[in-house]
Amino acid sequence: MNYELVIGLETHVELSTESKIFCSCGGHSAANEPNDCVCPACSGMPGMLPVMNKRVIELAVTAGLMLNCEISRYTTFDKKNYYYPDLPCAYQITQLNHPICTNGCVTLKTSLGARDIRIKQIHMEEDAGKLVHGGKFSFVDFNRTSVPLIEIVTQPDFRSAEEVVTYLNKLKSMFRSGGISECEEGAMRCDVNISVRPEGSSEFGVRTEIKNMSSFDAIERAIKYEAQRHMDALEFDTEELVQETRRFDDVSGKTFAMRNKETEADYRYFPDANLMPIIIDDEWLEQIKANKPAAVDEKAEDYRAAGISDKEIDMLISNHKIAKLLDDIVAMGCNAKDGAAWILTDCAGILRKDGKTLGDLTITAEKLFAVTNMVDKGDINRNAGKKILIAVIEDDVDPVEYCKAQGLDKKVDTAMLGTVIDKVIAENTQSVTDYKNGKVKAIQALFGACMKELKGAGDPAAIKTLLEEKLK
Amino acid sequence: MNCYSVKLNGNIAVDDTILVKDVEATAGSKMLEGFKPLFSAEAVTRLENKGYKVAGKTHVGEFGLDLVGEFSHYAEKEDTLKGAAASLVAEGEVKAALGVDMNGSCRRAAALSGVDFLKATYGTVSRYGVISCAASGEQMGVYAKNAQGVKEIIEVIAGEDDKDGTCLKNQTYDYTIGDVQGKKVCIVKELLQKCDDAVKANVTAYADKLRKCGVEVEEISFDIFDTANTAWQILMTAETCNNVSRYDGVKYGHRAKQYKNIDELYVNSRTEGFNFLTKAVIMYGSDVLSKNRYADCYDKSLKVRRVIADKFAELMANYDAVLTPVCSKTAYERYDIKDAFVKVFEESVFTSLSNLIGTPAFVSGGVQLLGKAFGEATLLSLANAVERMGE
Ligand SMILES: [Zn+2]
Repeated sequence: MNYELVIGLETHVELSTESKIFCSCGGHSAANEPNDCVCPACSGMPGMLPVMNKRVIELAVTAGLMLNCEISRYTTFDKKNYYYPDLPCAYQITQLNHPICTNGCVTLKTSLGARDIRIKQIHMEEDAGKLVHGGKFSFVDFNRTSVPLIEIVTQPDFRSAEEVVTYLNKLKSMFRSGGISECEEGAMRCDVNISVRPEGSSEFGVRTEIKNMSSFDAIERAIKYEAQRHMDALEFDTEELVQETRRFDDVSGKTFAMRNKETEADYRYFPDANLMPIIIDDEWLEQIKANKPAAVDEKAEDYRAAGISDKEIDMLISNHKIAKLLDDIVAMGCNAKDGAAWILTDCAGILRKDGKTLGDLTITAEKLFAVTNMVDKGDINRNAGKKILIAVIEDDVDPVEYCKAQGLDKKVDTAMLGTVIDKVIAENTQSVTDYKNGKVKAIQALFGACMKELKGAGDPAAIKTLLEEKLK
Repeated sequence: MNCYSVKLNGNIAVDDTILVKDVEATAGSKMLEGFKPLFSAEAVTRLENKGYKVAGKTHVGEFGLDLVGEFSHYAEKEDTLKGAAASLVAEGEVKAALGVDMNGSCRRAAALSGVDFLKATYGTVSRYGVISCAASGEQMGVYAKNAQGVKEIIEVIAGEDDKDGTCLKNQTYDYTIGDVQGKKVCIVKELLQKCDDAVKANVTAYADKLRKCGVEVEEISFDIFDTANTAWQILMTAETCNNVSRYDGVKYGHRAKQYKNIDELYVNSRTEGFNFLTKAVIMYGSDVLSKNRYADCYDKSLKVRRVIADKFAELMANYDAVLTPVCSKTAYERYDIKDAFVKVFEESVFTSLSNLIGTPAFVSGGVQLLGKAFGEATLLSLANAVERMGE
């Protein structure tokens, strides 16, 4: 059975402010020693009251604007209760009932095409401190306590690990260029909610949450592991899935259930009476909009998030027509990184032979996609694809018809491959003798002859393996 | 009676729920044993800047949760309960005192000791430097011998403070004591019914004095005090439970000697550090915030708060003040702490409304005058008129 992955993300991002969210201590990046950036307020001493840092609100609103959110004009803080030594007040100030931004949307471009990920909400909160374990004791470092965070919560709209990583790269690049966060190591942390369901089903499967991961690589591996675990459970009854919180172990590459105690807490949320509701009026909102850093090049971010190199991005950005061609084939379903290679390497190379440049490229998106799609589907190999591309660029042929006419789409089965190889071996006795006498390179000539015979069809790796076997 | 937890040299007593820089502050709790704050409360600083000096820290019941300060970890147990700061003012030992009005203890102490106490409108006095329990309704108040004495102090400490987000900005305060001729005051029948004869007689006598000053006084029915009390006890216990949760034995204050891991460190320290009443408040407050009860208890109390504020404002459209008792009797005797939660709950029916909706309350001559928001000048004027009659 085919399964579909359903993923929702909660991403904590540390904001780049000069001071903490409710006191005037500098951010922890300014600290040299543990507890350097600490005052009576952020260490939870009695008598101190939280005083709102306006800059945090402005950065959160800016992030909301970038993610196409509705900005709440009335926003409030709540207290979340739990005991942990790194939490000096035994409660965290966060937003539950009236978050600052809601109902946003971000468009991702991946091999699955362009898709919208809905943002449920963005809320502001304070970070906790850090425990340092050493010997018989554990030490508490409050430098990070009350550092401002925004938490961006998506709807369960992701369908692959690739989309998740693309999204995170996009946030990172957006927030960096927008001055919202430096997004340094550990400044972006994710909780991943994941479930699996039979393709076509509209019901959600049993959901598990993998907590607190900061490396994108770990997130990708964790999702893949967890998805497989769910699918195995559904397909082979390997275990019974339960809704639970899990942690990803980087070394073993596996996820493990966390103790119930850590997950089943009743946080007893309630409004924080020390912080008055914040009203964002038109004037303030307009001011934040006006101060929003110069429009970030969304396109460059999209490309970067898709894994396209900076050099390629420059080429795309500087040529609007080429960028549109890429966007079009990506929209049709081509992987952006592959698409960029087809255009910037293959098309450019073909044109160069005729003394032309990418500016002279006239291929339509439909035709280019027909080529890349045949390769992606495995109908033809990449070499055959390139052959077709040359014909399309030079003679404007129809790729699919050309492919058929040239016999490039011939499904090459092992039996047929065997016949061709036998024929080549029989016709090239000199090369065979050379190879058998230890001239390993001689196999290249035989391989070339096979490819010629097959007119570029067939999987090169398979041909090579079979050829080697037959020469033994 | 030993009133001080720390004795200094000055003319203003400061309750131990209020911070004075470098002077041990415990809020009457073993849990805060040895805690010395790095800064003074804003109100203390303002008074010191005007030349007043702190006479010492006065005993309070643990976190101000009891009737009048009878369950301090530090004070000796007295047979008759009066309240430390109020006693010092009554005896003329100090000119005035500061206390935190959170669940009625200051007002009750003032009434029993025969001194004046003002809890101003919520947001008037900075809460910076208050060992906070119930942020949404607590307010620092002033004890003094008479209305003039209260006026002198409140004028110094009232006004905006950037260090407290709940302290009102751009608000002007006027405590001018003026004429009371023609003012209208009501007495609430339902509250009188909760008191013994001595208290009833006291309220009636006060009403007569007001009439002699040209004030119109009438008895009315206004049956919202029990509801207001229940709502405030829910909010107050919830907020207190949350605010005292930071006292965990890790950073300062009392730490248990015996523990094997962090959970035991928390549990043992808190078991040893808090008294029975605080524990009852923590249990009650934790319960009303729990998932199953939140909607019916906490959230409902927030709604009740809005309804009562509206109803009280409606009443105050017709009156300048409400005259009520402060305690159900004229003196409290010693009792067992196991009975404290219920006793305090019952007695707070007279005081809770002003904490719940943030309106001012003034205690004088053993009775209480409730006013509309920012109506302190009227309350001071009424009390002043009665006080001047005796001269
Ligand atoms: Zn700080």
